[in-house]
Amino acid sequence: MNNRLYGNLIFELSQEGRSGYSLPKNQFGSYEVPASMRRKEDAALPECDEMTVVRHYTNLSANNFGVDNGFYPLGSCTMKYNPKINEEVAALPQFAGLHPLQPAETVQGAEEVCRQLCQSLCELTGLYAFTLKPFAGAHGELTGLMVIRKYHESRGDEARRLVIVPDSAHGTNPASAAVCGLDIVEVKSLSDGTVDVEALKELLAQHGSEIAAMMMTNPNTLGLFEKQIPEIEKLVHAAGGLMYYDGANLNPMLGAARPGDMGFDVMHINLHKTFSTPHGGGGPGAGPVGVRKGLEPFFPEVSPYHGNFTVAMRALAYIRSLGRENIKLVGPLATLNANYIKESLKDVYELPIDGLCKHEFVFDGLKDKSTGVTTMDVAKRLLDYGYHAPTIYFPLLFHESLMIEPTENESKETIDGFICVMRKIAGEAKTNPDEVKSAPHLTPIGRVDDVLAAKHPVVTYKQMVNDNN
Amino acid sequence: MAKVIEGLYYSESHEYVKVEGNIGYIGITDYAQHALGNVVYVDLPDVDDEVTAGEEFGAVESVKAASDIISPVSGTIIEVNEALDGEPELLNKDAFGNWIIKVELSDKSELDGLMDAKAYEAFCENE
Amino acid sequence: MFKYFPHTDADLQTMFRKVGIKSLDDLYAEVPEQIRFRGEYQLPEEMSEIEVRQLFDKLGAQNKPLTCFAGAGVYDHYTPSAIPQLLSRSEFLTSYTPYQAEISQGTLHYIFEYQSMMTELTGMDISNASMYDGTTATAEAVMMAVAAGKKQNKVLVSETVDPKTLAVVKTYAHFHGIEIEMVPAKDGVTDLSTLNSQLSADVAGVLVQQPNFYGIVEDYAGFADACHNQKSLFIMNSVAADLAILKTPCEWGADIAVGDGQSLGIPMQWGGPYVGYMCCTEKLIRKMPGRIVGMTQDNRGLRAFVLTLQAREQHIRRQKATSNICSNQSLMALWATVYMSLMGKQGLKEAAELSYAGAHYLCDELLKTGKFSLVYNHPFFNEFVVRYSGDVDALQKRLTDNGIFGGIKLDAEKLMFAVTEKRTKEEIDNLVKLAAL
Repeated sequence: MNNRLYGNLIFELSQEGRSGYSLPKNQFGSYEVPASMRRKEDAALPECDEMTVVRHYTNLSANNFGVDNGFYPLGSCTMKYNPKINEEVAALPQFAGLHPLQPAETVQGAEEVCRQLCQSLCELTGLYAFTLKPFAGAHGELTGLMVIRKYHESRGDEARRLVIVPDSAHGTNPASAAVCGLDIVEVKSLSDGTVDVEALKELLAQHGSEIAAMMMTNPNTLGLFEKQIPEIEKLVHAAGGLMYYDGANLNPMLGAARPGDMGFDVMHINLHKTFSTPHGGGGPGAGPVGVRKGLEPFFPEVSPYHGNFTVAMRALAYIRSLGRENIKLVGPLATLNANYIKESLKDVYELPIDGLCKHEFVFDGLKDKSTGVTTMDVAKRLLDYGYHAPTIYFPLLFHESLMIEPTENESKETIDGFICVMRKIAGEAKTNPDEVKSAPHLTPIGRVDDVLAAKHPVVTYKQMVNDNN
Repeated sequence: MAKVIEGLYYSESHEYVKVEGNIGYIGITDYAQHALGNVVYVDLPDVDDEVTAGEEFGAVESVKAASDIISPVSGTIIEVNEALDGEPELLNKDAFGNWIIKVELSDKSELDGLMDAKAYEAFCENE
Repeated sequence: MFKYFPHTDADLQTMFRKVGIKSLDDLYAEVPEQIRFRGEYQLPEEMSEIEVRQLFDKLGAQNKPLTCFAGAGVYDHYTPSAIPQLLSRSEFLTSYTPYQAEISQGTLHYIFEYQSMMTELTGMDISNASMYDGTTATAEAVMMAVAAGKKQNKVLVSETVDPKTLAVVKTYAHFHGIEIEMVPAKDGVTDLSTLNSQLSADVAGVLVQQPNFYGIVEDYAGFADACHNQKSLFIMNSVAADLAILKTPCEWGADIAVGDGQSLGIPMQWGGPYVGYMCCTEKLIRKMPGRIVGMTQDNRGLRAFVLTLQAREQHIRRQKATSNICSNQSLMALWATVYMSLMGKQGLKEAAELSYAGAHYLCDELLKTGKFSLVYNHPFFNEFVVRYSGDVDALQKRLTDNGIFGGIKLDAEKLMFAVTEKRTKEEIDNLVKLAAL
């Protein structure tokens, strides 16, 4: 990789007088932007020729690791393959050139994409209607909670402001609830990692009339299927609450079970997880929200048009490519891959909860804790061997969480290679712990000083320059 | 082992109060700074703000965690420790030597509800 | 097996043995039978790549891209060809949030550049790593103002703010318990004396737009002082590209600058994905939602970039986080960054000047037909509202039939036109000719 040779900022490559663009000549005569409108000084944007810009970003990309580079077992993120045909259709000029407010008769194809995608999502989830407006998973979660609040408001049931989440829930759940003006109550998990139904009953007895909803992922953040879901659903509904399905872990359910059939009323889907659209270094994703019949009038206005439309196009291309016969293999194959890794490593890594997992599972660090090698060290050492690290230190239930999600696209050889390296690192932890603790050694940069970054924030080029002076 | 100092009052959320007459110096305990790791920022309140026992008045941040600071007592802030603005790591160096706010106590009987050094030490062992 | 599934029969058998199962079905042994999905999905069968292409070509044929003379927040700007090519690089496209800084310097590096460029455009001190779009960024800014204020729960919004932005702001405000009060417009602009009468101690922030929804460049002199006198934050929403030339939010005294970055060369693609930007003063950095990338060093002493100030965020602060946003619109931020790198200091200005000139030429030509009159007597940038003496619907239909998106209809007699650097004189003359009929 090229960090040393090409580690400059684009600003550092700038030379006054260079340009990387061409525009038509002004054909309109002398219309000058009046001085009263103008900014005092030009924005100090870079001045570079086209090839300098192209080389700069091409070399930057070499300092990145994506699914196309190698195995990316980042738990709860479902880093599956991003098919190339999806990219091809999403770039079609007949779609890319559409203004979102164009007359309806000129955008029939685009409308049809949305209609077909919503229909397919309904079929795959067992729900009645979807909105494509939410831009991301967290945005979908917020949208879904808004639907729930509006539903209760419409019934004059304003006091329902509590949302039950399992103690294993993702931090986004409470954050979304707070943005939506709701409060969280946590329900405990049993030692097998699933929701404690007795504790839930107590909560409902105590807060029944204030419960707006219960939010769950199923399988949960430990990768375990919440098998008590039929009873949980009955209890929450009997108390007047709705059931919210966080679609973060939908992938293993394709071909196995549908949230609607489990009794969920509202859910969001991360198209960038389950439906193969690229993660793009953090976005754009898409978080369509689905509801049971009768809740669709409560879809709120959370974005002006059709959400991240070209992301929806990619998801439809994926669903159509797989078709009904292949899509039902997605969940089982992802689940098989996860269980195979778990069974192959549980003698050297601590598996806190044994048994079948779904698409992912969590180790609590190395089995042998005497070496002082932490989950962080294992993660960093994996980078040296050409793998992306699993999700680390989440869920918070364990101190050394290492959450592995392989997806259905990974071959047995790839997985065996990963297992081999994980075992090798466990061995190194005993024989050469310092090598592991100081990893990574072979990446473009070493471990970063994040205390310095947070204590003395430098977040722009200008600050960097002022800092050096 | 985290340090505990005799003569201070302690809360279950790991703040301490050092009392001098009607004035209380409030900070986080050595145990708290240990648990947080490298402190990178202290969110300080303003002078003259009122604090209420059991309610937050600021926050301490490390890279991977953030913790609200909950006032163990009620009163009016008469001084904040501005040094923590530029050098938040002072809390790691000496949590008891670097108080966060200085408060004029409005109800000294609240101190009775707090722990002494011995009780706090036992409390930390069970955390 | 299907092309995305690498499992051979032999693989399956070996893996089954290791896991201790006999079939894929056994993997779901704990799922209660009553909720197992045993049927067939009512979906079409598998399609070959050729068939998928045909499907989307057919759907595409039902669309009609038009020569665009509309805006209302979304503009048909020029996209340099290098951008989509660079963005299609797998290393950018198929990676996720840069949690592992050692193998994510590409992403972290360009986000740092993006933040630097956005602060240059807006004049503000700090930028986050981007947000979903302009409307949600604005809603987040409103929540941020309330979070930054002490016991202030009202936000004033100018009537000249885009109604689509307002709708999203109102949605968030409703659920977040924020009171929104409108500041009435006078002749298409926000009135300072009215604003002054509405400002009070419970106002956390004031939201305005520049150029405003009608394309008018408003005079916001005195607004920031009025806000600050009441300890309210001044929030300005702008079209990103316009700031290459217009007085910046910083120059107007804004505390938070937000808006959409679609104008930075991102195709209109029927509404998204775009990218929202949010910048603020240094003082507010810890109140800002979203990811932020900062500079630091690695253990070898090399300059490195890393996600920073994460203690604000949902995975640490949970319900006390500044927002529930977990990611950024990274790839679209890269789009904007490459755009600003190529266009640079001069190119952005030149594109803005061309848009200004084209819009004013179109306006003059329309007025010359005698069928149009300007609705507002204020300076505008590249978008303007005219009153049409004929039937607006018939005019728009005539234009559509001729392959032209002839502006946004505001009411029975008003139309709003926008022009960018992409519109040629020939296209404008053609529009005017059709409009004069």
